[in-house]
Amino acid sequence: MQKKATRDAYGEALVELGHEFDNIVVLEADLSKSTKTELFAKEFPERFFQMGIAEQDMMGTAAGLATCNKVAFASTFAIFATGRAFEQVRNSIAYPSLNVKICATHAGLTVGEDGGSHQAIEDIAIMRAIPNMTVIVPADATETAKALRAIYHYDGPVYLRLGRPAVPIIYDENMNFQIGKANKLQEGHDLAIIATGIMVAPAMEAAEALKKEGILAQVWDMATIKPIDKEAIREAAKTGAILTVEEHSIIGGLGSAVAEVVVENSPVPMQFMGVEDRFGQSGTPDELLKAYGLTAENIAIKAKELANKKSSS
Amino acid sequence: MDEKKLDELKEIARQSRAWIIKALAESKSGHPGGSLSAIDILTYLYFSAMNVDPQDPHFVDRDRFVLCKGHGAPALYTSLAMKGFFPKEDLLTLRKLGSRLQGHPDMRKLPGVDASTGSLGQGLSIANGMALAGKLDNKSYTVYAILGDGEMEEGQVWEAAMTASHYQLNNLIAFLDYNHLQIDGRIEDVKSGGNFASRFKAFGWHVLEIDGHDFKAIDEAVLAAKQELYAPSMIIAHTVKGKGVPFMEGAVEWHGKAPNKEQTAEALKFLGALKEDGR
Ligand SMILES: Cc1ncc(C[n+]2csc(CCOP(=O)(O)OP(=O)(O)O)c2C)c(N)n1
Ligand SMILES: [Mg+2]
Repeated sequence: MQKKATRDAYGEALVELGHEFDNIVVLEADLSKSTKTELFAKEFPERFFQMGIAEQDMMGTAAGLATCNKVAFASTFAIFATGRAFEQVRNSIAYPSLNVKICATHAGLTVGEDGGSHQAIEDIAIMRAIPNMTVIVPADATETAKALRAIYHYDGPVYLRLGRPAVPIIYDENMNFQIGKANKLQEGHDLAIIATGIMVAPAMEAAEALKKEGILAQVWDMATIKPIDKEAIREAAKTGAILTVEEHSIIGGLGSAVAEVVVENSPVPMQFMGVEDRFGQSGTPDELLKAYGLTAENIAIKAKELANKKSSS
Repeated sequence: MDEKKLDELKEIARQSRAWIIKALAESKSGHPGGSLSAIDILTYLYFSAMNVDPQDPHFVDRDRFVLCKGHGAPALYTSLAMKGFFPKEDLLTLRKLGSRLQGHPDMRKLPGVDASTGSLGQGLSIANGMALAGKLDNKSYTVYAILGDGEMEEGQVWEAAMTASHYQLNNLIAFLDYNHLQIDGRIEDVKSGGNFASRFKAFGWHVLEIDGHDFKAIDEAVLAAKQELYAPSMIIAHTVKGKGVPFMEGAVEWHGKAPNKEQTAEALKFLGALKEDGR
C-alpha cells in the first residue's frame, strides 16, 4: 500500500488552492519545514507570514487578517496550536467566528521521538469544546486534500488535525469529502468500528482479519468530529455495539463525541480505544502505537471481545 | 487643529463622559476608570482622524480600530453612538441580557466594532493582522489601537510588538493609555517592567509621548505618526484614570465598579448637562 503523510498532502494542497484563490494567506510559527507550509511560502512569499516562535500572536494576527476578508491558514504543531494558543483560538478566532483555519500537524503519539511534551493527545477534546469550531481529522493524504478544499469554502473557524509520519493512502481521487459526513468503508452487522485520522487504516485492516473469523464489522471513517454525523452513529448503533478508535486520549475525543450521541438516542455497549489518560513518550511512531495498544491486531481483539459481549448479553 | 474643532471635541468628550457614567449606572457594573482615561483619545479618533461611515460600518477601505483593553467598552460604545452608529439611548442597555452592547466589545453583535476583545494582550495581534491585510491589498487605511498599561504585562503584547516592527506596519498607530493603574494597584507596584518608551523603541517602534487628554497633542502625534515610513507608532498617552469625575480620578477602586445613585448624580453634576436630558 502506498503511504504519504497527511502534512505532506496539506502542504501540496495548500499550494494548489493558493493558485486558485488569491484571498488565501498562510501563517507559520517557525516550523514551515515540518508543517510543509514552506511549499506555499516558496510559491507565494507575499501571502506567507512568518510569525516566529509566537503561536499566540500568530492566532491573533490570523484573526485580524480574517476580519479583512482573507482566509487565513495558520500552522504549527498541534500541541502549540491548541495548547499554548488555546485562549487566542477561543477568544480572538472562535468567539467572533472568524475565517481562520488552524491546520495543525504533528498531532498524537506519532510525533515519535520528540516525546510526550510534543505529542498532543488532548487537542480534539480542547477544540471540540469551543463553540463555533469545526473539527476535522483526515484519515489519509487524499482525504486531507479534499478536506482542505472543503474548509476553504466553508465560512468559519476550523481545526484540521494532521500527522507527521507517512500513513497508508486508503482513498482514491474519487472519494467524496463532506464536512459533517462520515464515510462507511465496510458494511457489517456484528459491531461497528468508528475510527478517525490515522486509525482508520488499521481499523480496516482489523475488519479484514475479523472477516476470517466470521465477524463482520461495519467500519466508519469519522473524519469530522464536530459537527458529528449523528445519522452515521445511529446506523452504527444498529449493529448493537460500537468500538471507537483514535490516536488521542479516550477522554473528550472521538469516543466521547460518539458516546454523547449514542447514549441519547440508542444506548448500546461501547468500547473506547485511544490513549488511556496518560502522556506519550519517545519512540518511533510504530513502536509507540504498539506500546499504547493502537494496532490493527489489538483493534481486532477488542472488536471480537465487544462482539462476543454483545451476543452474550 | 483650530479652536472651533478643539471646542467641538471637548464638548463631545464631555457629553461622552456623561453617557459613560449613565450607562454604567444603568447596568450597575462595568469599568469607569479606564473608560474615562481613554475617552479623549477615542473622541479624537472618531471625530477627527478616522475614515468611518456609520451608514456603512463594514466598507472595506475604512480605518479600523481595536480596543485592546476591551473592558473600556463603554468608551468605545459611547464614541460609536455619538458618531451615529446606533441611537445613544441604546447605551443604557450596556451589559444587559440580549443587548448588542456586551460587557466587552463583540464585533458580531455591534456594527462599528472592528474586533472582539476583552482578554487582555490579544488585541495588538489582531490589529497587526488588519494592517498586514491593508499592505497586502495596497489599501491606504490606518489601523488604530488602544492598549492598557497593565495590559503591557501580557507576553503576547511583546510578540505582537515584534511582528509590527518586523513587517514595517507604518499603517498601525497604537496608543498606550498610561494611567498608572491596574486592578491590584499601581503599575509600578504590581509589576514594573521599566520605561515604556525605551521598551517600544528597543522593539523597533516609532515612539511619541504626549498628554492623552490634550486634543492638540493627540492630533500632532497622529500627524507625526502618519509621516512614518516604516515603523509602527506607539503614542504613549499620559492619562488620568477616571479623568473628569473628581472622586474617580487616580482612584484604584474605580477600575471596575459602577457608581450608585448618589455617586452618579455627583458625577453628572461635574460633567454638566446632556442635551438629551433637557437640562
Ligand atoms: C488576560 C486577562 N487577564 C485578566 C483580565 C482581567 N482584567 C480586566 S481589566 C484588568 C486590568 C487592566 O489594567 P490596564 O491595562 O492598566 O487597564 P486600564 O487601567 O486602562 O483600565 C484586568 C487584570 C483580563 N480582562 N484579561
Ligand atoms: Mg491602567
